[in-house]
Amino acid sequence: MRRSRFPFIVTGVVLVFFYLPILILVVDSFNASRFGGAWRGFSLKWYARLFHEPAIWEAARNTLFIALLVTFVSLVLGTTSALALHRFANSRLQRGHYTLVYTPLVVPEILMGISMLMAFVAAGVELGMLTIILAHVTFCVSYVALTVLGRLQDFDFTIIEAARDLGASGWTAARRVLLPMLAPGLAAAALIAFTLSVDDFVITFFVAGPGATTLPIRVYSMIKHGATPLINALSTLLLALTFTTVLVSQRLSASGSLKSRTME
Amino acid sequence: MPERPGAGSWLRRRGQEILLTAPPFLWLTLFFLVPTLLVFVLAFRPADPFGGIGRGWTLATLRALADPQYLDIAWRTFWVSFTATAICMLLAVPTGYAVARAAPRRRKLLLMLIIVPFWTSFLIRVFAWKSILHPEGLIKKALVFLGLVDANASLLYHLGAVILVTVYAFLPFAILPIYAAAEKFDYRLIEAARDLGAKPFQAFRKVFLPGVRQGLVTAVLVVFIPALGSYVVPDIVGGTGGELLGNKIAQRVFVDRNLPLAGGLSIVLILAVLLPLLAVLTLQRRTKRAAGRDAKVRP
Repeated sequence: MRRSRFPFIVTGVVLVFFYLPILILVVDSFNASRFGGAWRGFSLKWYARLFHEPAIWEAARNTLFIALLVTFVSLVLGTTSALALHRFANSRLQRGHYTLVYTPLVVPEILMGISMLMAFVAAGVELGMLTIILAHVTFCVSYVALTVLGRLQDFDFTIIEAARDLGASGWTAARRVLLPMLAPGLAAAALIAFTLSVDDFVITFFVAGPGATTLPIRVYSMIKHGATPLINALSTLLLALTFTTVLVSQRLSASGSLKSRTME
Repeated sequence: MPERPGAGSWLRRRGQEILLTAPPFLWLTLFFLVPTLLVFVLAFRPADPFGGIGRGWTLATLRALADPQYLDIAWRTFWVSFTATAICMLLAVPTGYAVARAAPRRRKLLLMLIIVPFWTSFLIRVFAWKSILHPEGLIKKALVFLGLVDANASLLYHLGAVILVTVYAFLPFAILPIYAAAEKFDYRLIEAARDLGAKPFQAFRKVFLPGVRQGLVTAVLVVFIPALGSYVVPDIVGGTGGELLGNKIAQRVFVDRNLPLAGGLSIVLILAVLLPLLAVLTLQRRTKRAAGRDAKVRP
């Protein structure tokens, strides 16, 4: 039977639609012209200028610091959450717990931003790095929990029983058997948390206060104040970072599934 | 897991459960549940002159919300989200199908190409469109050159730009759940329908679409809900003519620092999000009951 070509044509159009704007942005970052549209020759001057903007590098440092801390805390909280959800599934407490973990994923960012802002203001907490970290952990926990939960559901718990039967204590079994087998899932979850934290603008914008600046907030104010070519250059650097991360994570998950396959 | 009877072990198990559940549960209660509920309470507080929340109770927020400008904005937000969702679905269904039916190696590549924008900075993807639609930008020049657009026309700063960029931002999220459902679909059913005389489009509409229904529902929700709360897109490419509910909330926070009114507007947004969610849930429950289907099907 002959299949319609229509879906494949739409897919092609969609991919062009996805990548054309990004491509134009990358090309423009090497354009000597201040505005895109006309090519005035190849130039690296926007990149050079980028290195002389201390505000950007300070924002990048903040972003990295926040993201690392947030990744660690949300990984711990999210993994505990996933373990509880998996091990005690269907108890009444876990049903409530699941709803609490799931709901932040369907709430628009701006609502989380405004509600946390109001809570911090009402509680008299000073806005700054601390409130950004608290807010980021809050939206990262759910993603970590559900990613790890997905891994746990594929996990064969008879292996743990086997370890226990062979004399391992509960702690040893968790550390020597569960943790290594869960590692690819934890790595994937950490990567998601890290990316979400680095990329978040809306929630950060609400809870940041005047003092603390992250990279997305910096980029936003540059967009608003019209530093176009500089953002092109910065975006290209960030895009390169993203592509590398995606490639590495694909490798990670590929080797992870390979390992679990050979273990079977 | 070893399961031993006895009250002592039950108690221990219960203790373990509480110990393991408490940290994430308390964190989310403190920083997500309580703040969300607090919005409903603080909306009835007066704003204090220093941009904080005053003492006592007032209905000022409710009266301010009755302003017709907010009704207009809420309605516009709904229409923009609805249109963007519809366009996303028109593109995502064929794409999800094509990816699911591609040969394994090709499928992996396509999937990767769809996931990469998903990982790319949201702000940068929106900004890319601002420079393309810019009066000096490429698309404008191309359209003027082709005589499709007047040289003075603006491509930026109106609802059309907001819808276009919203589709761009959320389309990957719509494709993935449809692909996930289309991958599990049994395509022999379509062949059977064709053998029984169905036209290609008929087979698609009556066999394929119902078969991937769960994916379609998820796709609609992951586009429609964030679109309702959209703030960055209208702020960057919308201008004053393209403002949505999210912009109004942000203005109340950052321009005139009236947190209770921002909270009141958020309540409107919460209701706007809850209504379609509840509608989908009840509709699903009803069709599930009617069909007597297995309830385990999940995205």
